Amino acid sequence: MSIVTLQLGQCGNQIGFEVFDALFSDSHCPQRLCSKRENEAYQASCKERFFSEEENGVPIARAVLVDMEPKVINQTLLKAAQSGRWKYGQHSGFCQKQGSGNNWAYGYSVHGPRHEEPILNLIQKEAEKCDSLSGFFIIMSMAGGTGSGLGAFVTQNLQDQYSSSLKMNQIIWPYGTGEVIVQNYNSILTLSHLYRSSDALLVHENDAVHKICAKLMNIKHISFSDINQVLAHQLGSVFQPTYSAEGSFHYRRNPLGDLMENLVPHPEFKMLGVRNIPQMSENSLAYSTFTWAGLLKHLRQMLISNAKMEEGIDWQVRPPLSGLPTLGKTSLNKELHFNTSIANLLILRGKDVHSADLGKQKLRAYIHQYTKFGIEEEDFLDSFTLLEQVVASYRNL
Amino acid sequence: MLTKQRGPGGPAPSRYGNEETPVHVHGFLTEKLSLNLDKSVTTSATCGSSVTYGTSAPSESAVGEPGGCEGRRGLPRSLGWPPCSMTQSVVVQVGQCGNQIGCCFWDLALREHAAVNQKGIYDEAISSFFRNVDTRVVGDGGSISKGKICSLKARAVLIDMEEGVVNEILQGPLRDVFDTKQLITDISGSGNNWAVGHRVFGNLYQEQILEKLRKSAEHCDCLQCFFIIHSMGGGTGSGLGTFLLKVLEDEFPEVYRLVTSVYPSGEDDVITSPYNSILAMKELNEHADCVLPIDNQSLFDIISKIDLMVNSGKLGTTIKPKSLVTSSAGASKKRQEKPFDAMNNIVANLLLNLTSSARFEGSLNMDLNEISMNLVPFPQLHYLVSSLTPLYTLADVNIPPRRLDQMFSDAFSKHHQLIQADPKHNLYLACALMVRGNVQISDLRRNIERLKPSLQFVSWNQEGWKTSLCSVPPVGHSYSLLALANNTCVKPTFVELRERFMRLYKKKAHLHHYLQIEGMEESCFTEAVSSLSALIQEYNQLDATKSMPVEDLPRLSIAV
Repeated sequence: MSIVTLQLGQCGNQIGFEVFDALFSDSHCPQRLCSKRENEAYQASCKERFFSEEENGVPIARAVLVDMEPKVINQTLLKAAQSGRWKYGQHSGFCQKQGSGNNWAYGYSVHGPRHEEPILNLIQKEAEKCDSLSGFFIIMSMAGGTGSGLGAFVTQNLQDQYSSSLKMNQIIWPYGTGEVIVQNYNSILTLSHLYRSSDALLVHENDAVHKICAKLMNIKHISFSDINQVLAHQLGSVFQPTYSAEGSFHYRRNPLGDLMENLVPHPEFKMLGVRNIPQMSENSLAYSTFTWAGLLKHLRQMLISNAKMEEGIDWQVRPPLSGLPTLGKTSLNKELHFNTSIANLLILRGKDVHSADLGKQKLRAYIHQYTKFGIEEEDFLDSFTLLEQVVASYRNL
Repeated sequence: MLTKQRGPGGPAPSRYGNEETPVHVHGFLTEKLSLNLDKSVTTSATCGSSVTYGTSAPSESAVGEPGGCEGRRGLPRSLGWPPCSMTQSVVVQVGQCGNQIGCCFWDLALREHAAVNQKGIYDEAISSFFRNVDTRVVGDGGSISKGKICSLKARAVLIDMEEGVVNEILQGPLRDVFDTKQLITDISGSGNNWAVGHRVFGNLYQEQILEKLRKSAEHCDCLQCFFIIHSMGGGTGSGLGTFLLKVLEDEFPEVYRLVTSVYPSGEDDVITSPYNSILAMKELNEHADCVLPIDNQSLFDIISKIDLMVNSGKLGTTIKPKSLVTSSAGASKKRQEKPFDAMNNIVANLLLNLTSSARFEGSLNMDLNEISMNLVPFPQLHYLVSSLTPLYTLADVNIPPRRLDQMFSDAFSKHHQLIQADPKHNLYLACALMVRGNVQISDLRRNIERLKPSLQFVSWNQEGWKTSLCSVPPVGHSYSLLALANNTCVKPTFVELRERFMRLYKKKAHLHHYLQIEGMEESCFTEAVSSLSALIQEYNQLDATKSMPVEDLPRLSIAV
């Protein structure tokens, strides 16, 4: 079954490119770690999920690229085409001339309705190309205007139009010390809207990934492409084919369905996080010796102590968790876990965000920028309420 | 498809004129691109436009295909989907100061694009400020949207009520960049009288102004922003410049109005400058989206400091001449440096850096509408203190990270600001850092962490940073940083302005010059002062929160 990816905004498009690149490289990896037949089965399964075939053999990513200004999409399309190994569909991009200006209201209330039709048409075309559609994977950021605002709008629309398909939103939580000044407003509004219309929210924080790059991968000058590559690596391990009960050569057919089934037992608890080990630079890989058991043990430790990296684990144990590990290929291991740590994240960051927000709201700072486009104070209040409820439910676990 | 054939024996036509016709300012573009041009002329390049130059033999490559030129260069023929164009901006330069700064801006913009745009293709980045026009087509229809650069015209409207400055521009090396249809001039000038500029000339030229603005907007695919450049102390820039703001707001309500205003320094030689400035401030308060105040004293201090460094030789290394933010070194040698040139160049750099992330690609883009969105928490408080680094680079190009960190520190030092103010000892409402060049997100984050403790942010916006990374550095530098701060430190400037105003107003000095203009009454003055006082009061209220502890606001409680 196939997954259609939706890349929204600068962040979404930049990450999306890295994800497809990682998926492609992974499935065409030259290392002969297992039998040829196995390799081929894996390749075929991966390809079917994320790429469709083109005549001259270059696979086309099953993706729709959306942004309100042209620079990033142009770059992304070009990079993919130039790599020669895979590319995006010729008509799979949609853009406008002027961006959303970091304004959630603009992305949601203006760009959304205005461009609803062409965007949904593009998605439909891509969905029709699939033999069987597993669902949608939407990549967006929370801090900006297009990814967040337009993303919330599109997810809502997909909920209406494709109510039987699953949607997983990959959201990027911005750096704590500000990338965009109104990121708190944008994040709150996005989260509350997505909670209503999405099936699962996979959260990645820029801060955490940045730390991974710094500490584990030893990159001196971390650029956004480094961060995106680590992210893509993690996402890749989530989505790559996993074994089914039948045995080695049969892969599970329904990626999103499987994930949801195991990880989102109750619609109130939708937030997911990824723990991935080992994470290290390619250079160190040659010097490492891992055993499967060792990795698994380490991963359990990471989960229990709510750490995002192998190092610096804080050993205070929290209440027991539930979850189902799934096995991946080669030396990757990942656990996609619904656990209280995400709840902690929401609570902690939520607290910062809330207090920052309430402070701003009290003085009605920046509100005039949002009311210009139809988002009133009640909308903010609604969003706050919903998120408080979510936090409360997680707390009560 | 038109084919222009030359008679036998004539030289092959080149896009920029042959030996007979003088090569004008984009001559330096020609110098850079002349090789490309010659090659393409002989192989008769056909571009997206429908005009063919050169010999009669058609090229085998893409004829009439969009992006055909790219096809030959090895890029994919076409990405197959309709590429969207970027947004455009129009610069409106008013008065002597405005036009002089504007002139420097256009010169710098051309040089920047010449350095970046090696192939001479009219691309999205250039289109944000320039039109591509086929000068041989008479009348208005000469615009070409793709393909090779034929003749660049600035998206500008030049307004001055005396002819001196504009005439000089039209006789100088930039004369081909401007269309005579973009000018509005008069002879007598405004006599340093805001009322003359605003009311007399405003009324007189309203129709013309509207027409020229509409024309320039029509030439734009998607107009995003008007950049208005003027001074506050004079008559035309101050009066007519602010009259324009109202016109723009009515006619183009959705287009941003970003104003670069040069405020009069303490020892200004125009006696009535306080009157002019205060009257203009009222208009800026009400009709501008964002104002970048600048004062001559700061610019002058920056120049002096640079001269000192260059001449003292203390540093022991040489300064790359092209990298001086203040110089136009590297341009065609014909142009002589005029007295205010160095100072105007700084402002021109400011504008270029401001728009760099919107024009060029980067890993974290920042469009012009994001400036207002992030830096203006309350509509009235839209005055941004700007500072620019580096002002020059030393000869050592492989700059280690320590040098990069120095750049960030400099941005928060008073010596790099374009207005006399003290942001470090006042309250930040918001701060934007626009970085150009090979700087990564980790460098940015590291420096923000480092500098944050020494800066005071307002309690509800403790993390009030907006950042952007643009990959293309400015000419002559490996990277640069523009910091825009919304800070209460602009308050003293306004307070002082008000004091100077009151000193004159109490004595009713020079008032009759204004009152004799139809429509001007004393109430205009009192209203203007109260508008300014209200603004100062808002800043005061924010300052009062400086020492208060951060409130721990209660969370929403819900029934579980």
